[in-house]
Parts: sequence; structure tokens; C-alpha cells
Amino acid sequence: MSLPIFLILFLIGSFALAFVFRAGLSRILPHRHAIVARDMPLTAAFGIMVIIAYVFVALMAPVLAPFAEREVVGAQFQPWGGAHPLGTDRLGRDMLSRLIYGARNTVGIAFATTVLAFVVGAILGIWAALRGGWLDQVLSRFVDALMAIPSLIFSLLLLTIFGTSVLTLILVIAAVDATRVYRISRSVAQGIVVMDYIEAARLRGEGTWYLIRREILPNALAPLVAEFGLRFCFVFLTISSLSFLGLGIKPPMADWGSMVRDNATLITFGDITPLLPAGAIALLTVAVNFVVDWQLHRASGLKE
Amino acid sequence: MTDSPLLTIRDLYVEGRAGEDWLPIIKGIDLTLHRGEVLGLIGESGAGKSTLGLAAMGFARDGCRISRGEIRFDGIDLRTTSERAKRKLRGRRIAYVAQSAAASFNPAHKLIDQYAEAPLLHGVMAREQARHDAIELYDKMRLPNPQEIGFRYPHQVSGGQLQRAMTAMAMACRPDLIIFDEPTTALDVTTQIEVLAAIRDIVRQFGTAAIYITHDLAVVAQMADRIKILLRGEQVEEADTRTMLAAPREDYTKSLWAVRSFARAEQPAATDDPIISVRGVTAAYGKTTVLQDVSFDIHAGRTVAVVGESGSGKSTAARVITGLLPPVAGEILLDGTALPPDYRARTRDQLRQCQMIYQMADTALNPKLTLREIIGRPAEMYLGLHGRALRDRVRALLEMIELEPDSYIDRLPSELSGGQKQRIGIARALAADPRLIICDEVTSALDQIVQEGILRLLDKLQSELGLAYMFITHDLATVRAIADDVVVMKQGRIVEQGTKAQVFAPPHAPYTDLLLSSVPEMDPDWLSNLLKARSV
Repeated sequence: MSLPIFLILFLIGSFALAFVFRAGLSRILPHRHAIVARDMPLTAAFGIMVIIAYVFVALMAPVLAPFAEREVVGAQFQPWGGAHPLGTDRLGRDMLSRLIYGARNTVGIAFATTVLAFVVGAILGIWAALRGGWLDQVLSRFVDALMAIPSLIFSLLLLTIFGTSVLTLILVIAAVDATRVYRISRSVAQGIVVMDYIEAARLRGEGTWYLIRREILPNALAPLVAEFGLRFCFVFLTISSLSFLGLGIKPPMADWGSMVRDNATLITFGDITPLLPAGAIALLTVAVNFVVDWQLHRASGLKE
Repeated sequence: MTDSPLLTIRDLYVEGRAGEDWLPIIKGIDLTLHRGEVLGLIGESGAGKSTLGLAAMGFARDGCRISRGEIRFDGIDLRTTSERAKRKLRGRRIAYVAQSAAASFNPAHKLIDQYAEAPLLHGVMAREQARHDAIELYDKMRLPNPQEIGFRYPHQVSGGQLQRAMTAMAMACRPDLIIFDEPTTALDVTTQIEVLAAIRDIVRQFGTAAIYITHDLAVVAQMADRIKILLRGEQVEEADTRTMLAAPREDYTKSLWAVRSFARAEQPAATDDPIISVRGVTAAYGKTTVLQDVSFDIHAGRTVAVVGESGSGKSTAARVITGLLPPVAGEILLDGTALPPDYRARTRDQLRQCQMIYQMADTALNPKLTLREIIGRPAEMYLGLHGRALRDRVRALLEMIELEPDSYIDRLPSELSGGQKQRIGIARALAADPRLIICDEVTSALDQIVQEGILRLLDKLQSELGLAYMFITHDLATVRAIADDVVVMKQGRIVEQGTKAQVFAPPHAPYTDLLLSSVPEMDPDWLSNLLKARSV
């Protein structure tokens, strides 16, 4: 089968699946959410479906994978077929199993990192906008200073200093990305804190935490959700590139980025196996962005 | 010149998109306008005045469409002519003056260059000629320093001047028709007069036909030859201005006329101790002093109206009382004891006693919270209500502001009309069980009929709950309706204060006199007489 035909079939197939998925979703859900599900575009349905599939694979990895993550089960670089549907890697580990475990590691770490970056960045950003004055100045100049350093080089530097455990990886990338989140949430919040309802809440004697949580955050959510989707993809790609460079998730843990690097030589022999983890990364990135676009569209109140 | 009308609109329908459907905004309006004639369009917001005004240019806003009917401008059918042909007409033969001149000017260009844009584009004049012409028109619009004012940027001139510059700009190509969309609504009464007089003169001088859109009857009485009244996209009645004012036919028209009939019963002068005393307050933003030695009292059960033009320091006085702007000198007394100047240093009970209602209900209510949360929060915080008690309190408050609890309690502010939002602002203030409510221009963004409803509600609540109001406004008609005591302010100082009877009875301080005489009256000769009286 030639590639264009395969791609067209793939697209048609996935949208047909998305259609069925959406129809099913609006059937199962309670009324209020069913309406939302029925009105969502096919791209969003496709995105949600893909994300659910990834989460499912990540959670169920030990059950789904035919072999263990780190076990050497055969000869090096075996072709597709037989006991190893996607062949084996350069150490003779099962490719399919490592792909499945990779979902767990890469997606899980990226998700934890993004959430951490958002909690820290958004709270500090809104706080700075709310308080203003010297606090805002100190935080903002500090963030400016951090952002002045190219992010990949900065992460590499920090990782070389602190070593490459999963925890330091999460903390370092979260710290670098929190600066970006800080910037956007501060500027969004600055537009909100001048509203009369914030003044009313302040005059009521509300504390900072209530102001952030109930008065500002709900109104800043739309741009932050959009940023979350983009940020998640960036973090995901950063982890993969760090792993590719050898400073990310350490072997023998399975990770899509390092899987591309490890098996890159196969490309020269016309074998597309190294493209599978890369494709997995690309597919998730696209899916997340579909959902984010839809959410953004809904939040901004735009109609077609 | 022939007798054929300049503009005829026949059986016009305009629709606006609402989700999947198209809802009618204008439902079958006829309109005829002769050369040199001024037609006043009156209606509440949402009546379709602006939509009709724009349709007269053959234009529909985004999300709107002209679905049926005929628009003829000087023999040209505006519904069938090409966009290109219509562009040639607009600015050249039909001009438009928007409500907010500040938002309509490009802040990056000088006034005179923006003036010259249309004549250059339409090839009517060369640049030098356009500049001479601009200065001449600026002079006719009685702008100060007509030689020089055009070389300023929009932010360097005042709102009233900007509105006049905009009218001059609309006149640049000597159009046959100008559409004025609420050109003075955003201005103070004293500025409004200058703009009205200038617009009227220039329209008469050039024999331009005009459609004057407003919700202020007294204003339209000065400007228009004929008045057309709209209600929900339909015409209520149309007549010659004097006929209409003397003998309105329809009930709706009469109700518009009668809006200002509301007046609060006179109260005897207060004898008890004031709730809030403002004592010798001087306040400043940075180095600019905005309040100079201001003192007044607010008593329980009474309304103090603080009146003045924008920039007179009315709102700043409220900010000092609430503690948002700590004063440079002076103090605020609550029941005789001094309040901390900064709100953050005040106790929760001190904060509770003084609540605030804002001018723009849109920005005063958090759009993401339901009414239950908005109204419930102060009751929860200050009175410690929870669960069922809190729910009952919110329901009681909704009933107090005359909204049906069951259908409103779970709505978001976006699901309310402007007047209803303002009612929610009132309920939120009431929820704290306050003794003083500061109302900052609470009715100025609302239509007259809605305004009256809000004023009546505030009055009812005052007599039921014994509240004190500090009512900040620039609208003297409102002051007449609801005030017990009046404080007149100008440039940060109190010009005159006393009970309503004292302030409104002559002899006035000169500034009070200027303010009082500037409030438009229904009499169509009012403006001419006033200008005559002032020029003597």
C-alpha cells in the first residue's frame, strides 16, 4: 500500500472513529454534558479519544505490554513480525513493550511537570498582578532574568549540576516553564484586577487567596487553558529532546525521545521503526492542541 | 432643488444573528427625511435606534443583515448598489458622528490630518485647502484656538472639544446627511450645551439633513424638527417636535415623558448624629491634589447627593470614605470615631457598614460567579451565614430587589439585562447589612425608564431599612428626585452644600446656577433662550 493512500485511509478512519466516539459520548453522559459533547467539533472528539487512549495505555502498561520494559528478549534489531510485532531494539528488547511503557514515562512526567509549572507560575503571576508594587517588581525582574537564558541550555546546565533523576528533571523543566506561565498569567490578571468586582471584593475584606481562587482565576481560565495545552506539548518535546541528548529520562527506562535516538541507525536501512515513537509524540501533540482549540473557542464565546 | 425627499426608508427589516437563528432588530420601519431637516430618533437601548441609523447609510453591523425593505438616498437604492459605490457615498455625502469621539479618533494622528482624510480620499479638496477649511470649521464649531487646535493629538483635547472636532470632521465634505449617534450622552451637562449649540448651528448653516439619535428627550427637543419614537424595533409614533411635546398620542410616549415624575418626599433637616462625617479631607493622586478641605456629614435614613462635572472630585470623595485612597489630611469619622485611613487597616465590621454600588454593573459583577455566590458571599463573610440560612438570605435579598428567586438564583450576570445587573449590585451591598451605601453614578449608564425603577427601588429600601445613601451623580434631575442633602463640588472643592431646598432655591452660588441652568428642559426653545440669556 502506498503512503498517500495509507494516510488518506488513516484520516478517514480516525474521523469515523471520532464520530462514533462523539455519538457514544453524548449518549452516555448526563444531559448537560451531553449537549456539550454533541456540539463539539470532530477534531476535538478525535483529540479527546487519542488522549483517553494514551492515558489508558499509560495506566495499563504492565497488562498491555507483552514483555517487560527492560528485559532483553531476543536478538538485536529483529524485523517486525512473530513474537515481536514491532521488532526489537539495539539491545534486543521488545519494541512494542517499550513503546507502551514509554507512554507511561514520557506522558506522566510531562503532565506532572506542566501541572507543577502551572501551579507555581499561575499563582505567582496572579499574586504579582494583585499586589503590584515591589513584590511585582522583584518577581517580574527575577523571571525576566531567568527568561534571558536560552531555556534548553539553562535546563542542560541545571541538569548537569543537580544530576538527572526523574525528580530533578521534573523540577528543572517545571522551573523553566513556570517563568513563561508567570508572564502570561500576570498579564492576564493585570487586566482583571482593575475591574470593579475586584475592588468590591477587596473592600469586602477578602484575603489574597480568595481573590486569586474565586475572583481572578475563573476569569483568567480561558487563556491559561490554551497555554496549558501548548505548554504540555513543549514540555513533552523538551523531555524528549533532553532524552535524545542523553540528559533526560535515563536508560533503561523506556522513553520515546531516547528510543528515537537509540534506533536512529535503522533509518539508513529503510526501516521506519524509529519513526514510531516520534509519531507517538506527534500524534499526542496534535490531539492536545485540537482539544485546547475547542476549549478556547468555547471559553471565548465565539460561534462558528 | 426638488421636493423629493433626501432619504426614504420603506418597510425596513434588520436581523441580528443569535446562535443559529436570526432575530429581528428592526421590524418594518418607514422613514422619510427631507433636505435640511433634522429627525430625532428616540428609544431605550435595544430599541434599534443605532441599527436604524446605520441602515440609513446602507450599512449593517457585523452579525446583522438588512433582510427586507428599501433604502433610497437621493434616488440611489442603497440595498442594491455595490459596496464600492456605497463607499463613495459614505463620508462624502453621508457622514456619521459616533457616541464616543475618544474611541473613534485614531490616537496616533493629529486632528487636522484626520479631518483632511475624507476630503483627500474623495478628491474633494487638496491637503492645504482641507487644512484651511478645517480651521474655518473649527472656528464655526466654537473650538478654542481654531488655528492651532487641529495640530494636537486626540488625547490632548477635552471630551467636549473632541466631539465638536468630530462633528467638524463629518462636515468636511459638506455631506447632505449626517447621522449623530448619541453625540452628547457621555458629556457633562455644562459641556453638552456647548456641543449641542455648535451642532445645531452648523447643521442649520449648511442646510444639512440630520438624524439625531438619543435617549434624552430634552436634548432631542432642542435639536430636531420631527421626532420618531422606537420601541423594540417598531415605531411607536412620529410627529412634529412641538406637536409631540405638547400632545403625545401613545401611552408609551407619555410614559417616557412622565419618567421624571418620581420625587422623594421632603424630609426635615437631620438632627441626629451623622453615621459618617468627612472632616477637612484633602486627597491627592501623586502630586495632583484632587480634593481640597472637603467636609460633609451623612445621616441615617437620608440621601446625600454629591454633584459636579467629571473631574470635580466626587468619586475621589467616595474612594477616601471607603479607604481606597488614604487622604493627605483630614479624617473620616464613623459614629464619631475616626476610621483608619486605609481600608486594609479597618475591621471587618467597619468594612461591613459602608458598601458600594458601581456605575458599570458589567464590570462590578464577576462574570463567572452565579448570583447565588455574588450575593451570598458578603452574607457568608460578614454575618457568618451557611447552608440553609445563607440560601434563605439570598432568596430574601432577591425578593427585596424584585427579582424572582427561583428563576434568577443560579444565573450568571451575562444572563441579565443592564437594569437587573444594577439590581444585583444593590443586593450585594444589602447582603452585608450596611448602614451606608455609596452609589457611584449608578443610574447614568441606564435608560430613563430603567433608571426610574432603580431610583424607586433605592427609595423603597431606604425607607424600609433606614439606610443612608451617598449618591454621586452629574445628573441634576436625579438629584431633584432622590436627594435630601446636596453637596455641589467643583475642581476638588465644595462650592455649596445644604438641604435640597436650600441648594435648589435661589440665590445660588454661580457654579450651582450654571449647573442648574444647563440641565436640558423639554421646551424646544430652551436652548435658544438659554444661549440668549447667557450671551447678554
